[in-house]
Amino acid sequence: MSDSKSIASGNGSHEPEFEYTGGLAVVAADKVVDPGMEPHRVRMTDKSVKHEKAAARQVAILFLLSVIGSIFSIYAYFAFPLSDDLGTVRNNTLYMGLGITLGLFGIGIGAVHWAKTLMPDAEVSEERHQTRGNEAVRARAIEIIKLADSESGFSRRKLIRRSLYGALALFPIPAIFFFGDLGPNPKDTLRHTMWKAGTRLTKDPSGLPIKASDVTLGSVFHVIPEGLAELEHHKLEEKAKAAVLLVRLDPSEIKESEERKSWSYDGIVAYSKICTHVGCPVALYEQHTHHLLCPCHQSTFDVTDACKVVFGPASRPLPQLPIAVDAEGYLIAQSDFTEPVGPSFWER
Amino acid sequence: MPFMKRNVKTSRRNPMAAILVIAAGLAVSGGGYAATTAAVASATPVSAAASSAQVDEGHKLFLANCASCHGKNAEGTANAPSLIGVGAAAAEFQVATGRMPGQASGPQLMVKPSQFTEEQTKALAAYVGSLAPGPAIPTEAQLAPNGDATRGGELFRINCAMCHNAVGAGGALTEGKYAPALTQTKAIHIYEAMLSGPQNMPVFNDANLTPTDKKDIITYLTYVQKNPSAGGYELGNLGPVVEGLFIWIFALGFIIAITIWLGAKSN
Amino acid sequence: MSTAVNTQKKGGFLAGTANYLDERVGVAGILKEFGRKVFPDHWSFMLGEVALYSFFVLLLSGTFLTFFFQPAMTPVIYDGVYGPLKGAEMSIAYASTLDISFEVRGGLLMRQVHHWAALLFVAAAGLHMLRVFFTGAFRKPREINWVVGFMLFVLGMAAGFTGYSLPDDLLSGNGLRIIDGMIKGLPVIGAYTSSLLFGGEFPGEQIVARLYGLHILLVPALILIFIVIHLFMVVIHKHTHYSGPGRKDTNVVGYPLMPVYVAKAGGFFFIVFGVIMLIAATFTINPVWNYGGYDPSPVSAGTQPDWYIGFLDGALRLAPTHLEVTAGGVTWAWNILLPMIVGVGFLVVVALYPFLEAWVTGDKREHHVLDRPRNAPTRTAIGAAGVTFYAALWAGASTDLIATNFKMSLNNVLVSIQIILLVAPIIAYLVTKRVCLSLQRKDREIALHGRETGRIIRLPHGEYIEIHEPLDAFEQWKLVDFKDYQPTLARPNAQGKITISARLRAGLSRFYFEDRIAPVSQGELDAAHHDHAPAVTEAPAKKAVTAAKKPAAEKPAAKK
Repeated sequence: MSDSKSIASGNGSHEPEFEYTGGLAVVAADKVVDPGMEPHRVRMTDKSVKHEKAAARQVAILFLLSVIGSIFSIYAYFAFPLSDDLGTVRNNTLYMGLGITLGLFGIGIGAVHWAKTLMPDAEVSEERHQTRGNEAVRARAIEIIKLADSESGFSRRKLIRRSLYGALALFPIPAIFFFGDLGPNPKDTLRHTMWKAGTRLTKDPSGLPIKASDVTLGSVFHVIPEGLAELEHHKLEEKAKAAVLLVRLDPSEIKESEERKSWSYDGIVAYSKICTHVGCPVALYEQHTHHLLCPCHQSTFDVTDACKVVFGPASRPLPQLPIAVDAEGYLIAQSDFTEPVGPSFWER
Repeated sequence: MPFMKRNVKTSRRNPMAAILVIAAGLAVSGGGYAATTAAVASATPVSAAASSAQVDEGHKLFLANCASCHGKNAEGTANAPSLIGVGAAAAEFQVATGRMPGQASGPQLMVKPSQFTEEQTKALAAYVGSLAPGPAIPTEAQLAPNGDATRGGELFRINCAMCHNAVGAGGALTEGKYAPALTQTKAIHIYEAMLSGPQNMPVFNDANLTPTDKKDIITYLTYVQKNPSAGGYELGNLGPVVEGLFIWIFALGFIIAITIWLGAKSN
Repeated sequence: MSTAVNTQKKGGFLAGTANYLDERVGVAGILKEFGRKVFPDHWSFMLGEVALYSFFVLLLSGTFLTFFFQPAMTPVIYDGVYGPLKGAEMSIAYASTLDISFEVRGGLLMRQVHHWAALLFVAAAGLHMLRVFFTGAFRKPREINWVVGFMLFVLGMAAGFTGYSLPDDLLSGNGLRIIDGMIKGLPVIGAYTSSLLFGGEFPGEQIVARLYGLHILLVPALILIFIVIHLFMVVIHKHTHYSGPGRKDTNVVGYPLMPVYVAKAGGFFFIVFGVIMLIAATFTINPVWNYGGYDPSPVSAGTQPDWYIGFLDGALRLAPTHLEVTAGGVTWAWNILLPMIVGVGFLVVVALYPFLEAWVTGDKREHHVLDRPRNAPTRTAIGAAGVTFYAALWAGASTDLIATNFKMSLNNVLVSIQIILLVAPIIAYLVTKRVCLSLQRKDREIALHGRETGRIIRLPHGEYIEIHEPLDAFEQWKLVDFKDYQPTLARPNAQGKITISARLRAGLSRFYFEDRIAPVSQGELDAAHHDHAPAVTEAPAKKAVTAAKKPAAEKPAAKK
């Protein structure tokens, strides 16, 4: 219904071709006259048989070069086999590639050279028609739509039309539900990591525990929780949340709030390595400035000041892992992180 | 070592490839990367026990070249840190790579030709090492690239790649500081840097990265230094940004030149 | 005809085949309709072809890669030939990518062909869009085809990103992690969407296979459909041509499809393929073996997306600190949302630009003769501002490389680009507009007085003048053939009210057309040819005519 109406009204209000509307384009009263197409310039290959023959020869030579290139690439396939030496891969790639390149360039340049030198180069003009149909065609189109409408009763039969709209609106919805099993609903996994009270801090990737005395001033340890390396399932998922960076600072340099005083051990602090911006590992530790830099988007965190953001697009400090030392002198976690690690999400 | 020999052979076997790659490389700024295939000189052998004559010689050199900033007894001044306990490894690293004596203050000290001969460097290192116990210069056995390259690669990615890039092409730090490229760095200096943590680089003591770990890392880096990319010229191993610039400037530039030829009328 | 007997056997076969095809698929009618269709010849018209041919190359090389690539994230122990990964644990996807690279003859070549062709596809499409924009080829009747082309550009980005993520190496894994972080930042649906996409927590074991399905089936199918629509519309509209003698809105001047264009365009396909092959044979792209398999703990310096995603990554980097807001128990991650709005908003403006310009100018005519960029100064200036804005975002994605390669402070580089992002587009707009107007004035001068020859002669009465060489009619036509516009006025509607939208439109129209230079008229030409004196001594009557015709054009001149 709406279709037929809009076309009908469009038909009535359409401006004739090339009418300037709204005083926009200035009609030049004495526009310079179009001199018409330039005369054709004759090429050397049109004038001289010698040049024509030379051009034809060049085209043929280019095509022959292509043949040589293709054959060479087949030769290279066999002549440069692969072994466990990377140099063979390099040679195979290079020589097969160069052979094919010659094969392609020969055809391409030859064809273009042929077109440019030997095919007619006089430009021709072709009439253009306006994109819209002429009045008779448009009238017939409207007639067809009106006929279809009246024959089907699409506009007239409101009940059918509206029930069809309803059916069409609903039919794709089951498909949306089909995607429900793409993944589970996020439960509280985003809030928890493998760390729990007593989990030893171990080196990434060996999983060896770390003694507090090993962490000297100025050193940095990349840490995973004990047992992660042995996980059978979800190893990467757990690692993606639990990765931690461990450094020792001069206790006099640390600005600690009262409640976090007990989270560090003798100047040793552990922070989540996962950026609070979009989750890259924030791992660039500068020994003297005590800044942690994310290599992806340059967020910078101050390790001496609870890993607060000092530069870059991140907003939240990196979560701190409360640590202690067990009876054997190894570093352990006091608990899990007290807030979700990694990028922000709506419900956090 | 058989593993090493094979790799050296690799880079020599395809002179054609090298010529082509270099010719293409000349068009690209920073063509000097072609030199990355240059072999790395083997580590300088340094005897563990420094003779007292060496220490005396080192002390003299220290007084003449270093004491103005580090203090007469290397105790440090307002301008420079104390060197007591930094170890011979730190001194050898800083002096042999030309970082020390430092020049005009910038965000960080840069590599430059060393001011001292090998003997003088050793003497200075021996003197600094004699001040207090500290990391010693690694032995040749510790530096030999015959460890486990796979393990070394994994350790390098976890501990080093975030600053130095996955194949040691270097990277940016804050406020003008940077992690230098390791493409030309000698094994001894890689080892010493891990031991001593020069400038803003953290220290990787032997509890963190054991001597075996360090050897593995050096093995990996040596492999990367000695093996040019199997895919051809490397564009500095700087990643997708350089690849994007290359496609816009060179590939599209070349293709546009062809389209102009294609659209031009023949004579 | 006399040779028909001699070549009967050959001609007989050809004629037989043609007859066979015509009686079954009507090939004669197709050839009659399209065989001599005219295409204008200009280098800038071939940029879209570059993208099209890159896509063919992508289909060919991509199909080869599917024969070897295994999109599974199940961990395996690598036992291939690459020394520094032997014995490492990695996903099957990554291991099969290494095998393609090192153990299939031509495998690395095809990987590099595929990746370089992908970069070229999006770059050529982008450059083609710039050509269409700056020449006004998007105007009626081609607005819809602009949108189709825009969709192809976006689909190219989608194809590229899904492909980039397949090898499951450290670089692509960190790229996916950034996507995960961005998705999680979406209001309300973030965490759910992330969980659905990754099949649970990041990284999971699903994402590579899912992206693979999109990469080899859905996205290329959509690209193919849009390419067909795009080309179909080119056939309907016929190609635009540049202004020149004999080129009108009612004709198309160029070479016939058969044989000239078949040879040129067909040959060009082989040349584009050859360029891609040459680059792939000699230049490494995405050396995945350098990065190792994906592990969520490490990251490499210089972790960046491919160039076409760079503007979004740059937008992420350039967001100011502390934008995130927590209110009422929910988190608004504006440090992620703002860059997404900026990036997506920019694309939306690009997609809608033809409709915006059509509304502002009120121009409802069909256009088949292209504008020279200088003759549409405001559009060209807007384009320059857009390019500058995009370039600043792109540069934002390489702050670390700029800092290290030019020995600057990373922080200063980032802050500078933040400022450049806001200021440089305005400067680019102003400068480009002035340059366009100056070029138009220069064109006027040349059209009226000819080219300067540098030859100074002394007239008998002692005056020195420079000889100007007059143009021939064809050269002159190129300089004078453009349309002159005036700003629309805000007019009352049927109720006699001037609506806000009418005022807005009038304001924007003024913004578009206020500064303009009128094309040279025949009267001016005649006068110039009869009067060799410099313009300043022109007769007052004639000057008044000029001034009346282009009042606004005098303004910038007066400023200087």
